[in-house]
Amino acid sequence: MSVPVLSAQNIGKSYGSGANRFDALKGVSLDIAAGESIAIVGKSGSGKSTLMHLLALLDDPDSGTLLVEGTDAKKLKGKEVNRLRNQDFGFVFQQFFLTANASVLDNVVLPLKIAGVPPRERKARGMAALEQLELADKAKNKAINLSGGQKQRAVIARALVNNPKVIFADEPTGNLDTATGAVVEDILFALNKDNGITLIIVTHDIELAARCDRQIFIRDGLEDTTESGIPRKRHAGAHAGAHA
Amino acid sequence: MKFIDIVKTAIANSFRSKVRTGLTVIAIFIGAFTLTITSGIGTGVTSYIDTQVTAIGAADVLTISKAADSTSSATEGPAAYDPSKATTVSLGNGSRPGTTIQALTAKDITAIGKTAGILRVDPSVRVTPDYIEYDGNGKFELIVNAAATLTTADLAAGAQLDNSSTTDEVLLPTTYLKNLGFADAKAAIGKTVSIGITDYTGVQQEAKATVIGVQNETILGVGAGLNQHLTDGLQAIQVTGAPAGASDSYATATALFDASSTAAEITAIKDDLATQGYASQTVADTIGSFQTVINVIIGVLNAFAVIALIAAGFGIINTLLMSVQERTREIGLMKAMGMNGGRVYTLFSTEAVFIGFLGSALGALAAVGVGSVVSNILADGVFSALPGLQVVQFAPSSIAIIIGVVMLIAFLAGTLPARSAARQNPIDALRYE
Repeated sequence: MSVPVLSAQNIGKSYGSGANRFDALKGVSLDIAAGESIAIVGKSGSGKSTLMHLLALLDDPDSGTLLVEGTDAKKLKGKEVNRLRNQDFGFVFQQFFLTANASVLDNVVLPLKIAGVPPRERKARGMAALEQLELADKAKNKAINLSGGQKQRAVIARALVNNPKVIFADEPTGNLDTATGAVVEDILFALNKDNGITLIIVTHDIELAARCDRQIFIRDGLEDTTESGIPRKRHAGAHAGAHA
Repeated sequence: MKFIDIVKTAIANSFRSKVRTGLTVIAIFIGAFTLTITSGIGTGVTSYIDTQVTAIGAADVLTISKAADSTSSATEGPAAYDPSKATTVSLGNGSRPGTTIQALTAKDITAIGKTAGILRVDPSVRVTPDYIEYDGNGKFELIVNAAATLTTADLAAGAQLDNSSTTDEVLLPTTYLKNLGFADAKAAIGKTVSIGITDYTGVQQEAKATVIGVQNETILGVGAGLNQHLTDGLQAIQVTGAPAGASDSYATATALFDASSTAAEITAIKDDLATQGYASQTVADTIGSFQTVINVIIGVLNAFAVIALIAAGFGIINTLLMSVQERTREIGLMKAMGMNGGRVYTLFSTEAVFIGFLGSALGALAAVGVGSVVSNILADGVFSALPGLQVVQFAPSSIAIIIGVVMLIAFLAGTLPARSAARQNPIDALRYE
């Protein structure tokens, strides 16, 4: 078996100290192989977002080990971590985090700007990403003037622009209506299938989770193994029937 | 992120909240404006003094007088009489005008001349002519500037006095022209004027002199200049009929030293003279106290401007702290996308420096504009009696320094917010609502 893209071994994270100490994650292990789509499912406060943040190297685990392509994340230098975040990871957030008064194109090319890509190439790659998400005509619009679905497509374009290996999506459809949400989902899964991008989705939406290859259920900071696999069957039954 | 992108982004960011940036820029503007104006006044006044200094005397001249007797102090009373000493009336060189001071005698002049480093020494001869007249246009009082032979005059026309010349030369101030009947400065050059002087026995005699040059009015050396030949001639008339030895005492003497002497060498000469009992002053010494006063005034004004700038610095801190607060998510996003803390720091400090640059450049520009206009109005109005005085003058180098200093203050003010931005944890920043 090839080395997993990300491998978490009994990772834990707590916030605060003393009486206010709160263990957000109490020890979760999982391996994520290249090209798979995985859903991290749980209620709010379950620790699923914390798990994603740790996997995305946005935060350091207090306990356990995280391996990135076989290398201990703790041993990675700051520069290397920044390169990973910039080039290998793409982020899609529920709240979009677009700069409201900047143009859509400027928002999309932000990772390229951070990477130090020259302006001409930035524009070309940014437009290519927007084209892929059918937003090219909105490139010069201010981000604030986009609809919710367009915003999330712009965010996906931003995540894609640096050709990442892994896309982390935190409740990607959380702020969207059902129809728009379905479009965004289709885009994400198409990227997973067609481009081989590893997809890690954090959600409390069982149906969205069901479309992933694998689901990890998190409850009170621990993996809930009793539920693992169940939605898969439900998906196979309900959705297969509905779509057939 | 490339540096050019950081600069562009920082500039774009500072314009995002226009009102807030604008207010901070105004605060810096006021400080920079004041600083530029005060430095402009400093430059203007200093350059005016410098041109006046050349009118007072050359840099290679010492004015020497007998040092005040240490025994004649307030507590000990007057010193015992010494018949070998002569006294004369002070002209105000180092002691109160009108008081008697120890005079220099021919013996003293010889002693001074023998001092190492002194090239030549001349006793200051005072000639007191009665009038000056040109072409029968009436007689006018003539005030003689005794230091004129030592000076480089600010000429309106003609040439400088020539001490080695064997003709009698006179250098007239512009104010004399109209009364004497000259159309303008050029018309006076080469004309012969009559100078009346009374001899020792009370008989008025007349001497002729050629107008060699016309000098612009200065605040310090008022009066006409006479060359050595004319002075000697007038002195000869003045002492006609005097008993021998009557004129053999002088209040001061002027000594010439090598113009290329270093400050240490000049000090050595002065020390040498002091041990022999002579007080000596260079032109720089005479002017020094005057300039010190001006410098103190400008220093105080500058201090106020700097206080204004420090206040503006807190404005920058405030502006940027709010900016960091507002853009917490954006900072988090950029860090999540692999921007390192150093770049975030640079981004925010660049924004601070840009705000500082904007305020100081606008302030300096406005100060130059306002200062030039006011200076011209004053030069034609209040200061019209002081020709050549441009109260506010701007040196490009000092303006560049002011802008640089303000940008430095802005950078220092920006370090605090920039550091707090750089230290943001991407996750905390993204969670921030």
